[in-house]
Amino acid sequence: MYNFKTLYEATSVAEALKLKANHPEALFLAGGSDILIKIREGRLAGVDLINIYMLDELRGICLEKDGSILIRPLTSFTDVAMHPVIKEHLPVLGEAVNTIGGPQIRNIGTIGGNICNGVPSADSAITLKAYDAVLEIVSTEGTRILPYADFNLGFGKVDLGPTELLAGIRIPKASWENTYGHYIKYSMRKAMDIATLGCSVNVKLAKDKQSIDQLRIAFGVAAPIPIRTPKAEELAKGETITKALIDRIGEAVLEDVNPRSSWRASKEFRLQLIEELAKRATVEAIKKAGGTINV
Amino acid sequence: MKIIGSSPDRVDAFDKVTGKAKYTSDLLPPHALEAKVLHSTIANGWVREFDLSEAWKVEGVVDIVTCFDVPDIQYPTAGHPWSNVPAKQDISDRKLLNTRVRCYSDDIAAVIAETELAAIEAVRKIKVVYEELPVILDVKESLANTAFPLHEERPDNIVNKTSYEIGDFEEAIKEKGLTRISGTYDCPVVSHCHIEPANSFAYKEAGKIVIVSGTQIPHLVRRMVGQALGVEWGKIRVIKPYLGGGFGNRQDALTEPLNAYLTTRVGGRPVRLAYTREETFECTRTRHAMTFDLTTYVRKDGSFAARELTVYSNQGGYASHGHALAANAANAFRMMYPVGAIRGKAITAYTNMPTAGAMRAYGIPQVAFALESHIDDISKETGLDPLLLRTKNMMRLGYVDGPTTITCHSTGLAECIEKGEEHLDYSRKRLAYADQSGPIRRGVGMAIFCYKTGVYPISLETSAVRMILNQDGSMQVQVGATEIGQGADTVWVMMTAETVGVTLDKVHLVSKQDTDVTPYDTGAYGSRQTYVSGMAVKKTAESMKRKILEYAALMTNKDPMDLDIVDNKIVRKNTDIVLITVKDVAMESCYSLTNSNHIAVEETHHCSDNTYAFGVCFTEIEVDIPLCQIKILDIINVHDSGRIINQTTARGQVHGGMSMGLGYGLYEYHKFDPKTGRMLNGNLLDYKLMTPLDTPTLHAAFVETDDPTGPYGNKSLGEPPTIPIAPAIRNAVLNATGVSINSNPLHPERLFDSFVEAGLIKQRSEHV
Repeated sequence: MYNFKTLYEATSVAEALKLKANHPEALFLAGGSDILIKIREGRLAGVDLINIYMLDELRGICLEKDGSILIRPLTSFTDVAMHPVIKEHLPVLGEAVNTIGGPQIRNIGTIGGNICNGVPSADSAITLKAYDAVLEIVSTEGTRILPYADFNLGFGKVDLGPTELLAGIRIPKASWENTYGHYIKYSMRKAMDIATLGCSVNVKLAKDKQSIDQLRIAFGVAAPIPIRTPKAEELAKGETITKALIDRIGEAVLEDVNPRSSWRASKEFRLQLIEELAKRATVEAIKKAGGTINV
Repeated sequence: MKIIGSSPDRVDAFDKVTGKAKYTSDLLPPHALEAKVLHSTIANGWVREFDLSEAWKVEGVVDIVTCFDVPDIQYPTAGHPWSNVPAKQDISDRKLLNTRVRCYSDDIAAVIAETELAAIEAVRKIKVVYEELPVILDVKESLANTAFPLHEERPDNIVNKTSYEIGDFEEAIKEKGLTRISGTYDCPVVSHCHIEPANSFAYKEAGKIVIVSGTQIPHLVRRMVGQALGVEWGKIRVIKPYLGGGFGNRQDALTEPLNAYLTTRVGGRPVRLAYTREETFECTRTRHAMTFDLTTYVRKDGSFAARELTVYSNQGGYASHGHALAANAANAFRMMYPVGAIRGKAITAYTNMPTAGAMRAYGIPQVAFALESHIDDISKETGLDPLLLRTKNMMRLGYVDGPTTITCHSTGLAECIEKGEEHLDYSRKRLAYADQSGPIRRGVGMAIFCYKTGVYPISLETSAVRMILNQDGSMQVQVGATEIGQGADTVWVMMTAETVGVTLDKVHLVSKQDTDVTPYDTGAYGSRQTYVSGMAVKKTAESMKRKILEYAALMTNKDPMDLDIVDNKIVRKNTDIVLITVKDVAMESCYSLTNSNHIAVEETHHCSDNTYAFGVCFTEIEVDIPLCQIKILDIINVHDSGRIINQTTARGQVHGGMSMGLGYGLYEYHKFDPKTGRMLNGNLLDYKLMTPLDTPTLHAAFVETDDPTGPYGNKSLGEPPTIPIAPAIRNAVLNATGVSINSNPLHPERLFDSFVEAGLIKQRSEHV
């Protein structure tokens, strides 16, 4: 049994925004796979909810005219993973969301909910971070465009005002074109788990596939929010792909991370994983891009 | 034997897979009230007062009971047969609700409400004033700090301690040329994780308290509820429907005593007390954490001259099964390698940890982890072959354990080892993997075990069975022990059909136990159902057959000695001459105008024997050193459980046990906040129970012996498959990396710490 006070049912985005403007303390309910857990634990007892789950206008994925990939926030993880646009142009995102929970959770859970929840272990968030996603946020006041890089404010906190709603996640064409990514979720078991550490890497190689044009590395659980590692990305730019370079990348990522010790894992252990996963994910991404690692 | 050893479908399979099978909460009567327990938020101290004013304001609250209201009676909860000898009785150390708080989440008050939500809300609004004491989670600390003992009756915090010495240890170690190897091994707190959380409901009917609960031990729960409430035992009735797993957790009185009391508070209205998953983790029972100090003196030829064990067992706040597990572990240490001088010492102490109780294989997975790891450490130290160390020293046919008199009536252990070795190519690979380098390495490991079948002579072993012949020649069978998913109902049907001489479809097993009508049996535990309850089934079936034949003899003017039952027909013995059918006998005995005699039998078997089951695990693994991960490449259990009754369900038992063993070896352990004693991972997200994706292909094989004491040549199988997995994996890691890891499970962070210590992973300076 779930202890909530009122459930408002929105039939359109406009109505959802109006309801939110009138009840700013109320929470938007999408798939519910985070909120229902919190209510059951008593953390949100007596909460008001605005159900947006039936709003199909917030659901779906398309390749826009400008070449950007637009993902609506209510798209389920299953639909993200199965969508032809994702499979063709951004397969790593599908692979990442396929590591979430189990089939039931992936059917009900939404990508928008995953990033608005604001936790550093969110598997979709790490890859979206690695691809410089751009968010479209709406309210009764209008639409606001925000780089995803600026969205996470702290653990569980995101830049979303009390009357705002995430309406779209966009990956610009330049960000995904000729780019190959790999995601490694490190967790204690192969399903039904949250990441001890998540690492999403993507590369754009030079034409001859011998050197790196662009490298982007994002981590989950390496800091209170999903983060990028600019120092490692910078040092890889234009470099010839060698085993020594991979090792340097592994060392460089350590300079931009800030993992904590918790009862779930120690800082030292997470640092070990960060270095190792950065190297392994980079190697895999390079292989997907058609490159090879020279000794 | 025609039926024993075949593989008919489980008798409960259809109902269970189609959702027709009824479990406790499926049977809840309409308008039942819901109860919720308030659990303490301290681990040690006293409840001084409650403020219930806000809780009473919650709409729908019917009653609130606190630790100051319950009967001043201490009662036991362990699912052991009661003893008429006071010194052997289980410890009575808990009340229905407790003022003296002994562990985090102790039961201190309860709310009965019209809805679950109202009960939850009211529990949340109860304010408690505590007087706190320092939290003690460690056994040695508990033994040292006795200023405020957890239980007045035990001022030294010791639940019990026992010791034994076989031969003269001090004399034995004087022998020249011995190598001494010692080690300390640690096993953590783990949970059973049965799929159906602890839950029950209770109501009053005809002046009696009726409790419906998926317990392993309905007759024992009846007695314990009577003890807890101070009510005559005959006024308590326990009904046990299907249950979703027990693994020993339900070999304890859990929600039943308080639930029974709560219904008496509301005039006998039905009250349900359903624990959440989290409560099932924190507030029921766990597997004992144990620490072992082991020492072995080994001769150059690999024979053991002397061995010594000290085991410290962490009981948690309440006695439950208490010292029985540490004593069992200490006994198994002696039995496994009964050579040379052996001495053992076992201590069980109260701490502020959650209460530990029975769990699959009852202390033996702990000692097997310690002992079998230790054997490979001896091998590492001396260079002696691990298989040789085992085969040279292990228990042999005819062994009689001194202190318990339990005798080895049959053993296929040597053949189990051969079969495992052959499957894995162990010896060759062990040498090939000895000196590897690089980040990814392979290793092989193995472990053996012995396991006694049933609990005689430590406890009473008794079982009663009733069989009633129907007019159509079929029969109802009632067994006091319980179906808990292990397949007991199916093997009892097979045994009955085999012994009476009827086909399987003629045997209707009454799965549900009702203590008002079900014959007495102590319950489903100790892998005793096919052995002890099986003896009672066999004895009752023999009586049923005799009665049918006696009546058939009257009908056919023959001597019963000349008759037999084959495939539902009465035949001339040793011929296929059919005289009449069992149905003819049933109809005539029921409706005869001159000699009606309703054929029914009930027999008790008082079991006064025991025997050992054996087995091995062999495994090959791959270790990813930088990522601190273990991958199982191959794993096989080979068991000597005597004659296998049902090949399919036996394999199922082995697979399930191996899965639990893999969890114990690689994934599962509880974490606690050292300051408060709160369990940190009491949920299925943070407690890493394996998923199907984590489960490797499991191989199961049997070496069938014919045990002369088993009713059909059989020995225990329910618990044993769990035992050898964790040490086999641990020994494989040793083979792969050269690192001895003496605590289970071998989860990634433990591997990280061990590999850093061993220099396989570089130590990080304070980098960032």
